[in-house]
Amino acid sequence: MTRVLARTRFFLRVLAIFVLLAFVAPLHAQQSRPVDPNADAVTEQMLLEQARRIEGWIAIPNETAAVLIQPAGRTWRYFHEVVLRWIGTIAILGMILLLGIAYLVVGRLRISAGRSGVKMLRFTPFERFSHWLTATSFVLLGLTGLNITFGRLLLLPLMGPDTFTTFSEVAKYVHNFFSFPFVLGLVLIVAMWMKDNIPRNVDLVWLKEGGGFIPSKHPTAGRFNAGEKLVFWLALAAGILVSVSGYLLLFPFYVTNIAGMQLAQVVHSIIAVLFIALIVAHIYIGTLGMEGAFEAMGTGRVDINWAKEHHGLWLEEERAKGHMPGPVSPAPAHPAE
Amino acid sequence: MARMKFLCDAERCIDCNACVTACKNENEVPWGINRRRVVTINDGKPGERSVSMACMHCTDAPCAAVCPVNCFYVTADAVVLHSKDLCIGCGYCFYACPFGAPQYPKIGNFGTRGKMDKCTYCAGGPEADGSEAEFVKYGANRLAEGKLPLCAEMCSTKSLLAGDGEIIAQIYKERAVTRGYGTGAWGWVIAYREGITM
Repeated sequence: MTRVLARTRFFLRVLAIFVLLAFVAPLHAQQSRPVDPNADAVTEQMLLEQARRIEGWIAIPNETAAVLIQPAGRTWRYFHEVVLRWIGTIAILGMILLLGIAYLVVGRLRISAGRSGVKMLRFTPFERFSHWLTATSFVLLGLTGLNITFGRLLLLPLMGPDTFTTFSEVAKYVHNFFSFPFVLGLVLIVAMWMKDNIPRNVDLVWLKEGGGFIPSKHPTAGRFNAGEKLVFWLALAAGILVSVSGYLLLFPFYVTNIAGMQLAQVVHSIIAVLFIALIVAHIYIGTLGMEGAFEAMGTGRVDINWAKEHHGLWLEEERAKGHMPGPVSPAPAHPAE
Repeated sequence: MARMKFLCDAERCIDCNACVTACKNENEVPWGINRRRVVTINDGKPGERSVSMACMHCTDAPCAAVCPVNCFYVTADAVVLHSKDLCIGCGYCFYACPFGAPQYPKIGNFGTRGKMDKCTYCAGGPEADGSEAEFVKYGANRLAEGKLPLCAEMCSTKSLLAGDGEIIAQIYKERAVTRGYGTGAWGWVIAYREGITM
């Protein structure tokens, strides 16, 4: 009896195996198609959907090299080649055009009462030194900076590749090293003139009355009028932005990664071209645009009538302090500057 | 004329760095310069992937577009090369390059990084083919001798392929079809504006 049972069990087991095989075999045949052993492996597309760049591990001690692919380079290229050139062209040429129109329409703003021949000190030699230190550095930085963006279009065809490379290499060093006197000048200017540039109520009146651009009106102002204050604060803000972004660019990858470097260049170049447009306007009003303005920074002394018309409150303050304008050697009507 | 490309079959790359070593030796590049490198993604985790990367010799190369002094040029084989005599070492090509290819000999600032160096596809530079001057500045010119870049030639698993784009794409496709899977040619869409369709 036990033998019969054992045989039956054996038979049933064999049968079960065959039945199982009958079901499993087709499944197995289907699976003979190669299985992707790396089905869970990352793909380029997947990684780029997750993050802006693909980074990994690298055997060399250069973290920057661990970035495998950064598509943002294409975006930065578009900015540099197209966006920046348009912004720069519109800002700078637009400002020059605007000033040209202003010159044609309003003309040079004359001292209404004519020159008195009496002059008084407006800027001390140290103030003028600080201004010209910043100004000289700014002009050099501006021109050499524009060369990086526009030189290839404008100067390369004129100079030829070898000369243009030599020029650009020198320009690059000038740009790097004149950043230091520029920042020093900016710090000095801010330290000296900050308190006189704090907005006051009189600035609103000055703005309402056309800011001295309407020859019949002479809105009064303190040491600096609202226009000068605007230039001061904009120059300070732009100066900080270009300096910080500039030093990031000067020391590449010391403090930031590739995205930070691209952003620094974007900020640096946009602010720089706007800054240049602002300073072009500043140069215009300080030279061609207004009679008697340049000598404030030239010799440091301005005509009393000019001071009365443009900075009446400041003149009174100076008088109250006892800084009376001294008698001056009779000046010609239009002194050569 | 051929349209030279690189293709790294990431299923095969084992991060052995033979390509890096071959490149360094063949071109005698100075310390600190890595014309080719291997980056490992998800290192030590499931789904790890290594990719060997150098200059991809892009179509409409971004480096050439942003160079302030226009020092890049493209050969008849579509290899992107540059002149170290014209380069001012400003570093802009590195910002534009999607693959981190440009290298600089010095870690110094914007002004003192030296002339840019990058993968030449073992095709030298503007100097006379095979000249000493060319070798000193740019390394080997294997292409002029009818040979392909040494990194791909020495790849231990034949992961890294170099040659005419259509031919290496075909080799990759056949591989992927035979083994039944593939994650595509890394960097191709960005470099050449076209992937490899299966």
